[in-house]
Amino acid sequence: MSRLIVGPFNRVEGDLEVILDVTDGRVRAARVRSSLYRGFEQILQGKAPPDALVFVPRICGICSVSQSAAAARALAGAMGIAPPANGRLVANLIQAVENVADHVTHFYLFFMPDFARPCYESQPWWRAAAGRFTAVRGAAAGDFLPARAGLMRSMGLLAGKWPHTLTLQPGGSTHPVNASGRLRLLRVLREFRQFLERVLFGDALEAVAAIASSDELARWAERHAESDFGLFLRAARALNLRALGQAGVAFMSYGAYEQENGRWWPAGIWSGGARPLDPARIAEDVSHAWYADATEPLPPSRGSTLPIADKDAAYSWCKAPRLGGEAVETGALARQLVAGHPLVRDMIEREGGGVEARVVARLLEVARLLPAMEHWAEALRPGEPFSVTGELPAEAECAGLVEAARGSLGHWLNIRRGRIHNYQIIAPTTWNFSPRDRVGQPGALERALVDVPVGEGEKSPVAVQHVVRSFDPCMVCTVH
Amino acid sequence: MRVMWLQSGGCGGCTLSWIGGDGGPLFATLADAGIEIVWHPSLSEASADESLDILESCADGRRDFDVLCIEGSLLRGPHGSGRFHVLAGTGRPMIEWVKLLAAHARHVVAVGSCAAFGGITAAGVNPTDACGLQYDGTNSGGLLGAAFRAGAGLPVVNVSGCPTHPDWVTETLLSLARDELHEADLDELARPRFYTDVLVHHGCARNEFYEFKASAEKNGDQGCLMEHLGCKGTQAHADCNLRPWNGGGSCTDGGYACISCTEPGFEEPGHPFTVTPKVAGIPIGLPLDMPKAWFVALAALSKSATPARVRQNAKADHVIRWPRPARKP
Repeated sequence: MSRLIVGPFNRVEGDLEVILDVTDGRVRAARVRSSLYRGFEQILQGKAPPDALVFVPRICGICSVSQSAAAARALAGAMGIAPPANGRLVANLIQAVENVADHVTHFYLFFMPDFARPCYESQPWWRAAAGRFTAVRGAAAGDFLPARAGLMRSMGLLAGKWPHTLTLQPGGSTHPVNASGRLRLLRVLREFRQFLERVLFGDALEAVAAIASSDELARWAERHAESDFGLFLRAARALNLRALGQAGVAFMSYGAYEQENGRWWPAGIWSGGARPLDPARIAEDVSHAWYADATEPLPPSRGSTLPIADKDAAYSWCKAPRLGGEAVETGALARQLVAGHPLVRDMIEREGGGVEARVVARLLEVARLLPAMEHWAEALRPGEPFSVTGELPAEAECAGLVEAARGSLGHWLNIRRGRIHNYQIIAPTTWNFSPRDRVGQPGALERALVDVPVGEGEKSPVAVQHVVRSFDPCMVCTVH
Repeated sequence: MRVMWLQSGGCGGCTLSWIGGDGGPLFATLADAGIEIVWHPSLSEASADESLDILESCADGRRDFDVLCIEGSLLRGPHGSGRFHVLAGTGRPMIEWVKLLAAHARHVVAVGSCAAFGGITAAGVNPTDACGLQYDGTNSGGLLGAAFRAGAGLPVVNVSGCPTHPDWVTETLLSLARDELHEADLDELARPRFYTDVLVHHGCARNEFYEFKASAEKNGDQGCLMEHLGCKGTQAHADCNLRPWNGGGSCTDGGYACISCTEPGFEEPGHPFTVTPKVAGIPIGLPLDMPKAWFVALAALSKSATPARVRQNAKADHVIRWPRPARKP
């Protein structure tokens, strides 16, 4: 057996190290180390509850408004208020812009550059991949960055700026959209649709969203081989990325995008079939994390965060959240599975959820979201209220469960005597990249890396890089 | 000009903001100016062992580079060990890497208020003993010490902001590449004066409401945010309302207070962020360099002179009275 320490792992958000035990060209065991601790949960204690809206977006520069949304939802719960229709639509729009921007940023800047590596030189698609996706110098970045900046103009319009806005409040949005703002927003969305349809997909978004099975996707890929998504599918087939990096755990979603009656994409668990989610079964284990031990895994409403740099069994700053004692995987794949998209369900049922399925689910979600965003923008009613006011009680216990681009994000807030008494956060990558728990059960990535091939002489195995990046990890959220 | 970029105890938001700039394709702009990214954690192909080679050779002087950009606070804890952030794959605390690399850099740039002053990560009980590269809040010192000068002679250039505006970073790098950023171009806190010679207040679309002290009282109101909702635009150095964000926004345009994020110590204002602290009904934080007596006198005068249009619009979330064209006599 040999041991590989892989890090600093770049093109992920934040700092990550992966420790691999390798035998006979395969990973036998993996340990995932989150190597940065900042202490937001400690910083928040004693603050005025609305100040959370200043602090939590700054946990993460890429999931910024998702963090705001979770805090706003928790505070709204404490206040017993809900945003009016316009406020709900703006919140959906802002979250969707971040969700879409994160997915395409992951695809163009973080994930695809690995296919331009010289190790794939002998592959028939390599020349095209290298031309498009070589980091910094590839042609795709030149197309993508201006398109992304164009999309982010919607944040200027709706949220003042991105990242780190204070627009999302418990009662709605601080920025009422007027008639001209609504038209500009629609223009921005239409322009970004053109980029997606021309460059990323080479097809209408509605046609991509309608792909209903694995076989249809294969036929689509042949017809659209020249698009960036088509190029990915070619490489994925050649490298069998479907089989690679399956975690084999249940998938979880808190549900996303508020409608008048419930969420567009519902909350739930998927493990061979859909089950309801009971958030009361969530608890965090710190047996292998650098924190003071509790006698048992604590539900986040009673959780604590007391860092201890010296602890024998520990190897990460990441806690190990478990649902009813089980590790789960969260993200776009989980969201679309629970929401019942036929393509994603077909892929999972036939081949399980690996690297390819995670990427496909993300881009499918982009194709589904943009038309919904156009619809939400159309539905805005300038002149009608965008927010309501309310009073914070001196004592409250509340939670805000939302979906960030990378999956399920929860904030648990306890207010006493008008101040934050306790604030606990479980981010998507906390689930996906958790260390082992007290019964030795690994987290989703630790499982997904087992059996991944390691080539002769590879110090940072490229297959390992594909698997790690397929989760689109956000390490600054993970530990916070 | 070769740029080495590392992320320490921050959120990565300054990078994400940077690549979202409106000013054309960023990578082409950099290449055109002769700026090469030696390594950037979010952008470079090189990962793990490949990036370690680059880092080690830069740190021991075998590989030349010009600019060290640091994003995020420097975490000195626990107990001065720096172990709250061990750079992955190296077993060595990030603060040691930064000291090693800074010794070889011609320029050191703090990207964002975390790297400049400590920022958000230093808030509350400052669990990680976070500080900036050359400041610990308002005190000079920080990780590298008050006397530090990079190879070319400048102190750490503090591009503060939480996050930084994309163009503050790009223009700092362009100025350095053109050898056009000198000591006189930095303010008292070593921030590039091209964006800190003005206040957030300048160009604020709510200025008419400010003039008449017609104030917003709740979220969504169109009035001035200073009197009740915590806005520090008249004290914060930055051109946020002259150099719009994301195609046309700003915090005050977004309907919420400027929290003064370019200033050291902004993370601990001593009051809830979006409530203006007052004594006898008068805001404690008055506009920079304005005598208090004059402010009070002018405020009273302008309040009594407020046109009905301004007074009514200030407390509404959309325009309910608009400036009517003058009638012909």
